[in-house]
Amino acid sequence: MPQRLWLALFVPMLALAQAAPPTAETRIANLETAVKSAQSAGDNAWMLVSAALVLMMTGPGLALFYGGLVRRKNVLGTMMHSFVLMALVTVIWAIVGYSLAFGEGMPILGDLRYLFLNGVGSAPNPDYAGTIPQQTFMVYQLMFAIITPALISGAFAERMKFSAMLLFTTLWMFVVYFPLAHMVWGKGGLLNAFLGGKIPCFDFAGGTVVHISSGVSALICALYLGRRQGYGIESMKPHNIVISVIGACLLWVGWFGFNAGSALGASSLATSAFVATHFATAAAVLGWMLAEWIRNGKPSVLGAISGAVAGLVAITPASGFVKPFPALLIGFLAGIVCFLMVTVVKSRFSYDDSLDAFGVHGIGGTLGALLTGVFATSAVNDGLKDSSGKVLPLGLVDGQAGQVLNQAIAVLISWGFAIVGTLIVLKICDVVLGVRVSKEDELEGLDVSMHGEEGYNFDA
Amino acid sequence: MSACMVKKVIISMRSQDQLTMKKIEAIIQPHKLEDVKEALKSIGVDGMTISEVRGHGRQKGHKEVYRGMEYQVDLLPKVKIELVVPDQRSAEVIQTVVNSARTGKIGDGKVFVFDVAEAIRIRNEDRGDGAL
Repeated sequence: MPQRLWLALFVPMLALAQAAPPTAETRIANLETAVKSAQSAGDNAWMLVSAALVLMMTGPGLALFYGGLVRRKNVLGTMMHSFVLMALVTVIWAIVGYSLAFGEGMPILGDLRYLFLNGVGSAPNPDYAGTIPQQTFMVYQLMFAIITPALISGAFAERMKFSAMLLFTTLWMFVVYFPLAHMVWGKGGLLNAFLGGKIPCFDFAGGTVVHISSGVSALICALYLGRRQGYGIESMKPHNIVISVIGACLLWVGWFGFNAGSALGASSLATSAFVATHFATAAAVLGWMLAEWIRNGKPSVLGAISGAVAGLVAITPASGFVKPFPALLIGFLAGIVCFLMVTVVKSRFSYDDSLDAFGVHGIGGTLGALLTGVFATSAVNDGLKDSSGKVLPLGLVDGQAGQVLNQAIAVLISWGFAIVGTLIVLKICDVVLGVRVSKEDELEGLDVSMHGEEGYNFDA
Repeated sequence: MSACMVKKVIISMRSQDQLTMKKIEAIIQPHKLEDVKEALKSIGVDGMTISEVRGHGRQKGHKEVYRGMEYQVDLLPKVKIELVVPDQRSAEVIQTVVNSARTGKIGDGKVFVFDVAEAIRIRNEDRGDGAL
């Protein structure tokens, strides 16, 4: 009887002891899950904010920046170029764009595995960003696809038919943007240094994909469409530099999402890119301002904000690879070079790139892409590793002089794609719809002739 | 009704007797408008019409540069003041405008003086300098 009593006491105690402390393995597993989900939460929060910031660059940022630079009769038409792309590109992206850019396919174009966003859900895609839902990655990349064609609109502002502009952008996305995005950022892309590209190019946030592609395409558009009626004769002063200043400031802030967000997580690399972006922009403002002050005798506000955009463009490919002081240098150079481009070179060749999409984005992007090859260092970005996991040197400052050549090849390929692709697309649009508005419509202004409304109804 | 008609006839006859009003049109620097208004008020002139206009005389404009595109801006912002006064006051009013609008620099503007054939107050159809 006492024995039974002893047992009766002992057995429940044993059971209790087994239930209370879990094994070490379980605890570690639980901890790992918790750490992962905490990192995922942090990264995802930053990436969603970044995606929103990049959308803000197009609307209202670019819409205001460009809108202020045109004449009053074209302010709505110009803002609409940016705004409508927030809708049009989104739909194309959802249907097939994301897949063509980021599906693993040929070296120059992705496949259709993500058609209709099939399989793009809450699970991360470890090839691109292992700590955030692939859906976050997808929507973040969408915002880049939106702003790129919107940048081109600066070249054909005030004279392109709205219908032709919609068709142009749709085709251009397929012929130029999706291939370039895939080549530079897609898995297996020809130029992707990190995911098995044959020609390893460093382009952190889109110097080639976004800025060279849009800037060079812009030049082709400007040449193809010809000058605006009255160019060089009547006044084409910006109608409202005040809203352009607001737009430029929004671009500056939004660009933190663009560049620091390209770290694809809330990491120290994101901080580094954030700092480089800000420093380059500041130096570019001073560079442009100084050059203009010396050359024209007065430092204009339009010059200062143009310098900011030039700096933002130039640091884009380099932002996740360079230290703060090279960033200052890249920005300062971009400010001066882009200033000379839109003043001296443009007036010598007399093409009408209405809002200087080429001078700022094409040239700033090219300069930035090349300088990335010079200043990229593994001290900032240790993402490039050999098969044994050893961190590889990146640019000229790391002793890799050949990287400048790789960057130059990537630049040439981007220029080539943009020139040929844009010419083909423009020709198609011209045959199908006609790209340019009639002379009467142009003189009346696109707001009334294309959209049936006016931007400023002060008597209303 | 007929009394009213009679009154109108009398008024218009009287206004024909006194064709003695002057319209003073002054084109001045925009920043002198307040001075001119104050000066006119101090001599008891309180009706005027103002418009924002652009123009230039012998004054040269200025250069504006937008990303390397140079524009010579020679139509500069000015303010046009129009007022109509009884003939006997016109000299004093003109002198007041000229004195208060003057900075002594080129671009101060001009004053033009016209004879006025008739003035009618819309509210009650007063005519002549009684309508002023």
